[in-house]
Amino acid sequence: MSSSHLSGGKVNISRVQEHARKHIFALLDNIDGTKNIVFDAALGSVMALIAPKAMFKEHNTKSIFHLHSGTLPQSHANHLIFIIRPQLSLIDLVAENVRNEVKRGSLTDFHLFFIPRITFLCEKRLEDRGVLGSFRNNIQELPLHLFPFDNDLMSMEIGSTFKEFHLENDPTSLHQTAQGLLMLQSLFGVIPRVTGIGPASLKVSEFMKRLAQEQNDANIPPSQIDQLILLDRCVDLLTPLATQLTYEGLIDELFGIRNTTLRLPAEHFVSSNEASPSYTSADTKDIILNSGEELFAEIRDKNFNAVGLALRKKANQISMQFGERHGDKTVQEMKLFVSRLPYMMANKQSLANHTTIAELVQKGTDSNQFLEALETEQELMNVIDTDKAHPFIEDCIARKEPFTKVLRLVCMQALTNSGLRPKVLEYYKREILQTYGFQHALTLCNLEQAGLLRVQQNQRQYTVLRKALRLTVVDNSEVTPTDISYVHSVYAPLSIRLVQHLVRPNGPRALQDVLGLLPGPAFDDIQPSVSGTSLSLQSSSDSPKVVLVFFIGGCTFAEISALRFLSQQEDSDANVEFVIGTTKLINGNTFIESLSENLDS
Amino acid sequence: MPILLTADWCPVGRDEYYRKFEVYNMEWTNSFNMENVIVASCSYGGPLAVRRDPKKIVKVQGSGKPTIYIYTAAGELVSSIVLSRPVIHVGWSIADDLLCIEDDGSVLRYDLFGNHQHTFSVCEEAKITKVIEANVFNSSVGGTGVAILTSSYRFFLVNNVKDPKTHPMPEIPGLNAPPSSWAVIAKDKQAKILVAKERELYFLSYNEEHPVHVVLSFADRLSSVVEMAVSVDNRRIGLFTDKGRLWIGSSDLSGKGCEIDTSHACRPFQLAWCGSDGVVGVWDGTLLLVTVNGDILTYPCDSRVHVVPEIDCVRVISTLTHEILQSVPSVVQKILRINSVDPGNYLLEASRQFQRRSHSADEYIRLVKDQLPIAVANCIEAAGYEFSPENQKMFIRAAQFGKGFVPNLDPEPYVTMCRVLRVLNAVRNFKVCLPITNVQYIKMSESGLLDRLIRRRHYYMAIQICKHLKLPPAKGLSRILAEWAFYKVSQAKQDREQVAKEIADKLGKAPGISFKDIALRANNFGHTQLAIRLMDYEPRAREQVPLLLNLGQEVPALLKAMESGDTDLVYTVLLRMHAKMPLADFYLKMRNYPLAHSLYIKYSYENNNKELHDIYSQESDFNAQAALHLKEAYLPKNSGTRETSLAAARQSYKNARNEFLAVACDEQLKLLKFQRDLEAKFRREFFGRSLHDTVEILLSLKELKLADSLRAEFKVPDRRYWWLRILAHAQNDEWEQLEKFSKDKKSPIGYEPFVDVCLEKNKKLEAQKYMSRVKDDLKVKYYAKIGMLEKAAQTAFEQKDVQALNVVQARCGAQDRHVVEQINTYLAQLRSKK
Repeated sequence: MSSSHLSGGKVNISRVQEHARKHIFALLDNIDGTKNIVFDAALGSVMALIAPKAMFKEHNTKSIFHLHSGTLPQSHANHLIFIIRPQLSLIDLVAENVRNEVKRGSLTDFHLFFIPRITFLCEKRLEDRGVLGSFRNNIQELPLHLFPFDNDLMSMEIGSTFKEFHLENDPTSLHQTAQGLLMLQSLFGVIPRVTGIGPASLKVSEFMKRLAQEQNDANIPPSQIDQLILLDRCVDLLTPLATQLTYEGLIDELFGIRNTTLRLPAEHFVSSNEASPSYTSADTKDIILNSGEELFAEIRDKNFNAVGLALRKKANQISMQFGERHGDKTVQEMKLFVSRLPYMMANKQSLANHTTIAELVQKGTDSNQFLEALETEQELMNVIDTDKAHPFIEDCIARKEPFTKVLRLVCMQALTNSGLRPKVLEYYKREILQTYGFQHALTLCNLEQAGLLRVQQNQRQYTVLRKALRLTVVDNSEVTPTDISYVHSVYAPLSIRLVQHLVRPNGPRALQDVLGLLPGPAFDDIQPSVSGTSLSLQSSSDSPKVVLVFFIGGCTFAEISALRFLSQQEDSDANVEFVIGTTKLINGNTFIESLSENLDS
Repeated sequence: MPILLTADWCPVGRDEYYRKFEVYNMEWTNSFNMENVIVASCSYGGPLAVRRDPKKIVKVQGSGKPTIYIYTAAGELVSSIVLSRPVIHVGWSIADDLLCIEDDGSVLRYDLFGNHQHTFSVCEEAKITKVIEANVFNSSVGGTGVAILTSSYRFFLVNNVKDPKTHPMPEIPGLNAPPSSWAVIAKDKQAKILVAKERELYFLSYNEEHPVHVVLSFADRLSSVVEMAVSVDNRRIGLFTDKGRLWIGSSDLSGKGCEIDTSHACRPFQLAWCGSDGVVGVWDGTLLLVTVNGDILTYPCDSRVHVVPEIDCVRVISTLTHEILQSVPSVVQKILRINSVDPGNYLLEASRQFQRRSHSADEYIRLVKDQLPIAVANCIEAAGYEFSPENQKMFIRAAQFGKGFVPNLDPEPYVTMCRVLRVLNAVRNFKVCLPITNVQYIKMSESGLLDRLIRRRHYYMAIQICKHLKLPPAKGLSRILAEWAFYKVSQAKQDREQVAKEIADKLGKAPGISFKDIALRANNFGHTQLAIRLMDYEPRAREQVPLLLNLGQEVPALLKAMESGDTDLVYTVLLRMHAKMPLADFYLKMRNYPLAHSLYIKYSYENNNKELHDIYSQESDFNAQAALHLKEAYLPKNSGTRETSLAAARQSYKNARNEFLAVACDEQLKLLKFQRDLEAKFRREFFGRSLHDTVEILLSLKELKLADSLRAEFKVPDRRYWWLRILAHAQNDEWEQLEKFSKDKKSPIGYEPFVDVCLEKNKKLEAQKYMSRVKDDLKVKYYAKIGMLEKAAQTAFEQKDVQALNVVQARCGAQDRHVVEQINTYLAQLRSKK
């Protein structure tokens, strides 16, 4: 029943999906009669990762809507169930919808499910809006924290974590993270070793300890995960800003991938199979990107420069396969061929899709704008002329290039130069305010507060880190990579470099020199397992260690690719298999946007 | 053979035996004379409540105040209750609570240790008319009730003392004297009262308007029923008439067991059921047992005894001993009876011979070879009926011996019985004093036994029993520990720190214990401080925080909420504090807790709270204040007052010494003023646009002068202004002006942008005009860009740049073959030069 693409890894992520399904359908089945479900828009699209719409239909659901202001489409069912995150703005929408339904004279029963839980403020808001009574005893909690993305990837899909904690000092989503991790522990056993860097990581590990005390679940299975590494995004602010150059990363940079779904104009795909069911509407086509597709699994983590080659190889392979039939003599051979046909057709379809996508990506990467920006990035990474205003950035501002692009580059310069000279910083800020409008002043303040924009201090952190951790590697090995730096062509993500060290038994101690340059404490704790026996000792040294890397504040596809690359390195000094968790899948643009203050001009 | 074992057996009728054996020697010897006291007792080996019989004249001892003494079943004094009012009746509830019914109809509930628990009044009427008789009864469906008879001869009934609801009973016509006897039959949810008015019998039931008159046929001419006894299971009843006859039958009086003459003319001191097999009457010097079949057995007694009915026996209590009288269980009878041929008997004998190392053991085993499983089962069962460990061992040994001869026998019954016997022996010890039979134990179940132990405060033993019986912690251990903690917190005298610590130490590791419940209990006992201390140990913040709030402990609640990281709880506390405290105090408090402070600010912001300004100004957080002004300035509804808000923001930034933003605000204000003017002049929308956009619009309107003045006013750097100009000319298709502009001054951004904008508009010819001024090192690239590949190749050759040549070659298409050839030549030349 569960999605096949989730179960291939060392840790069976489909259990997360099953767990979530069990919860949601248990709640739905408790309600007799036909149901209409209204998801808040953000949740609605993530929900597809847990259960397809058809599965909801099996549980007596008539229609599924997204929460909007206004009236719901006419569709009568005995029950109307709102499933939302506990956000006040959503409560207002729910209240509006409920009032409109009542006005319309509908006799349906109202239900409200909160993911992951109801909060006091939401209840109060419901009361203030006068609709608490409409739900009587029909308010439930659905403790879903993590959504399964792939066989090694889970995300909470909460985009505000970084801003909330680092700007507003609000640990709400860190607490949720801890709850999500405990849920994982209840499925996969207590993780014996917890390592982390950064203030948010420390908070999460504290909350985990506390919540573990509250739980007294005796049925915790033996540990399947050997180590948890908590990484606070503020430890490595540079990586998300760098342009991702892996196939999946580039698709995300250029077109955006939402919950494993890529939406592209359908016109590019006219040649594809007409009967394809994934057409959502006339002008867009949705393509699901996950490891369930063999070809994508193969090329997603490659540097884009290597993708063309891989596609060509695949094309040859497929045409050879189709060519084989001419050579087939016997009926048995023919039969074998025919039995493989559907699989081959699917491969062909997938090749066609990815060739089209790769063409579109190529178009983007070949543009001067892209190349010049990339060149600038690499100059910055290598600390070339970072001390003064960069002419390319100045030109970008003058040409009024997209705001986030400019901010990405300015922040990147601030980080690689370990802070800008006060004059330069003021110059940039003034230029930005004059060009893009004064309303962005608060966004700039936020970036400063978050440490993305800052004035030079005495210490040259980046220079030291770059040397100590080999953050820039020029080996031109993009096609057959030897180091994680291939994901950004030159730059090896700091976060992943840290992970490389932290998985080692005495990781944090060995990192002592550089840890002083990074924000927040580093810790390396041993969690007592419930059964008392330390299972990590039993696991023999030849089977790989399973490490869950959890990014608090988001992670990029390039980082994921880098970790997958490390998982594949068998001869490396630490034999490690990575599972990745994050609060949100981000790229430079979404990261910057999450920090901006949206004031209308 | 086992003559000794049957020594205390008395045959009754055919094939039936009764046995009476001693359980305890009473501790209370000589404390009082049985004849002068009234004993109240309860089933399941319960304790005894003893009070002086007010009708007897005795020598005054002690204070003389009427007192109830509570003894264990072994006669050890547990506690005493001094009474303030005349008590009509004393009885025990099913939950070991002592119920005292006073003459005004109030029912006082005490626990085993004489602690007052609760008082309720049966009815108002009783306060005036007074109660003359009362009865406590235990219903078969659980729960204990009370029935009273007032001096106006009306009955009132309360079904459950835990949830007292009074039901007046229908009146019996013509009742003008106390009924000769009455009893409560609580076979199902609704208890009935059977009342004997002389020879007439009535059933009273509260949902019937009238009493139901029952006619019972007595063999003898009946004058009056003077005594009644209802069995513990409420299914049978015994009626004793003033002629000394005893009628035994079902409790609804429909079925008659027997009716015999007891040859006792006077009414018995006590009439009680022995299980449901027979009725026991107590007279001076005799204990008379009448079985359901009408057989009689008489035991002489030296002194007055008190009998306690049980579900499978009757306990006989005298000043010296505590005995059990029971019908010998059939399985015991079968095995031990003289000349028994039961397989169990043979097995028992075999086991004995085996222990004596006699070969005849084998012969006995052979005798029952085929029936060994039954024999083993019987011996196991029989062991359960025995009180003396010797007898238990004897049967168990036999079972164990027999087991060895049966392959694949399910060991479960044997193991279970061993465990149960261990438990029973432990609780029968006179220190614990629960003289219960196995049948009673099964009836009450483990949890019933644990409840009884807990009520007797034998927590340790209860825990040991849980461990011994391997009960799941949630069912056993945790509950006992929690009960222990409940008891612990109810005690006022002890040091609260110590109590809290002790409780936490003991309960720390047990799963499923709610410190919240314990704290609540402590609070109910008035130990608020202890409750607060205890809440420290509650790991679930979602339980902890609300309770602390309810205890009025806002600050500890806030600390706990913040510690937990559960912001929802922090909000809960904050809003409570906000509502409860004066605002100034609230802000001051908040100051000490940064997390709470920031959360409150967030809350205020989301709720459009005007308080934010107050908080910021109190905290002198000018940056935040300015930001708030800015946010307000840009709210769509505030566009009219944007300048005011911006001015306020500017002031705040000044206060914050944030020069940059203060100046920026200033400039923005200036810009807005410009824009308002421009709007008036051009009737176009300018307001709110950025400086850059404003200049751009002006350029597109060909208002060069205005644009220039703005540029000067706001010190737009040359670089950006040039870009603006170039882009604007290109946008407006003003290629001449663009060229003119390029010659105006030396471009601060080079001439590449000129080429670029031309290319963007697809004006290759225009682009060429600027090529000469493109920087040398970019020339190749730009020639290639505008498609002059030959020129690009040539330039590259001139610059001796092999790599550039390769790049250009890579850009060549099919139609550029000559260029490719040219490049090859260049390359060859360059190589040869090397």
